Amino acid sequence: MRLSLSSKIVLWVTTALTLAFIYVPILVVVLNSFSTSRTLSWPPPGLTTEWWGKALTNAGALTAISTSLVVAAVSTVIALLLGTALSFALHRFDFFGKSTVNLLVVLPIALPGIVTGIALNNAFRTMLDMQLGWFTIIVAHATFCVVTVFNNVFARLRRVGTSLEEASSDLGAGIWTTFRLVTFPQIRSALFAGGLLSFALSFDEIIVTTFTAGSGVQTLPIFILDNMFRPNQAPIVAVVAVVMILIAIVPIYLAQRLTATDDR
Amino acid sequence: MTTVSSSAPERVGESPLRASLARRGSVFLYRHAKVRLALLLSAPLFWLGLVYIAALVALLITAFWTVDSFTGEILLDWNVNNITKVVGDALYHAVTLRTVGAALLVTAIDIVIALPIAFFMAKVASRTARRALVIAILMPLWASYLVKAYAWRSILAQDGIIDWIVGPLGGSSPGYGFDGAVLTLAYLWLPFVILPIYTALERVPDSLLDASSDLGAKTGSTFRHIVLPLIFPGIVAGSIFSFSLTLGDYIAVKIVGGATQMLGTLVYSNVGVANNLPLAAAISLIPLAIIFIYLGVVRRTGALNSL
Repeated sequence: MRLSLSSKIVLWVTTALTLAFIYVPILVVVLNSFSTSRTLSWPPPGLTTEWWGKALTNAGALTAISTSLVVAAVSTVIALLLGTALSFALHRFDFFGKSTVNLLVVLPIALPGIVTGIALNNAFRTMLDMQLGWFTIIVAHATFCVVTVFNNVFARLRRVGTSLEEASSDLGAGIWTTFRLVTFPQIRSALFAGGLLSFALSFDEIIVTTFTAGSGVQTLPIFILDNMFRPNQAPIVAVVAVVMILIAIVPIYLAQRLTATDDR
Repeated sequence: MTTVSSSAPERVGESPLRASLARRGSVFLYRHAKVRLALLLSAPLFWLGLVYIAALVALLITAFWTVDSFTGEILLDWNVNNITKVVGDALYHAVTLRTVGAALLVTAIDIVIALPIAFFMAKVASRTARRALVIAILMPLWASYLVKAYAWRSILAQDGIIDWIVGPLGGSSPGYGFDGAVLTLAYLWLPFVILPIYTALERVPDSLLDASSDLGAKTGSTFRHIVLPLIFPGIVAGSIFSFSLTLGDYIAVKIVGGATQMLGTLVYSNVGVANNLPLAAAISLIPLAIIFIYLGVVRRTGALNSL
């Protein structure tokens, strides 16, 4: 489109400002984790790595990190199994209620987190009389992680089609052999990408987690939330926040690269 | 058929018995598509149906129960007290209005910020710049929600970065409260609004814009009369995210909202401190109802297809 120079400049400037708006807060957290100020006043009066040392030996923070890693890993495994089965069912078959099933997968992340959270909290505590803890967190996380695996695998199945599988069974391979040698290699990277995204989603999740964690188990986001309002912990929270960005960003980056190289 | 497959190299190592069992299972499944479908669907449907749908239904039911104010136990006497309380009480009216107001405000702010950058990405930037910008918008989407809200806590704080910037000009940070919460929520949902608008703009053919300006339209009127009607579904799609995410939020409000009450914080305090799950369930039906109404209204614009 032909734009006048002045409107081009205006667009350039607003784009740059918007990007700054998006990235400055994240950079502020990173800088704060090195700040010598306990109250996180700006600009940082000086830089130190003291908080990093303290945070990385803080028992609560370390336990929270390992809790989050375990929860994310287990929920991802469940989500991989359920999401893959669902994507095959919805891609390969036409059946009554197909669109309802499709909606059902998306619902746990389409509805506001607080509705999902309180619904599960109510179901576990009131209806089933269960103690909140590891089990309830993992069940909740797996439920909303299914959709990320489903989306990735379904998109892949749609792209690769079924002709190679048909060729395989025409040549006499059974269902298992075809799956092992033809289907699985085709969807492997989609599974990996979906799994990584689901891992990151679970690792970050806070709203549903606060409703399903109870008081005994502390995931990393809950650790941050609990300590955020304690004045003395501010710098340690800043460090843990940076760690959290790093742990979440790495799988996302890998997943993006994986799908990008496949799509080429 | 059997001879062909047994000569296939991958079957060499398997014992004949196992191979034939697997073979029979394979043949059976191959012939019975319905069994294959049932095997694939049963586990996920069992999980989602049992865990999620049952929980939603249970939530609806719980809203009609009561909590014993002495023991804190939930009593199964059916009544509509919670519903009438939530519908009739002035407190809930005020909080609902405030929450819907915040959701509309956040949505408006996000659309205003998103339009220029989305237009720049789709119609002005070069191919490489466009790809880089899409990644730049996508990446923070995945940075933790909590960390971003936390970032705004330190930005809005006294002696924070806002005070540092506008202080010399005589201004000050809005601090923790309704304004701070709206600003933070607008920040949190911005990428969700930019991306659908960008996708919609990308689909607008350049030739239409050229034709419009060839016929003498100024940039402003081309945008108003050509671009805006075409990307309207995209804008609505983005607004669904910012609107419904704001309605259900309580963490960001807790972190930067000060004492501001929203529907989310009310639900949370009734689950936790007040230990009144039935009332919390009744309150959570408000955002649910509003979102369904909103979705019903926007369905007519065709925005749901561009999600």
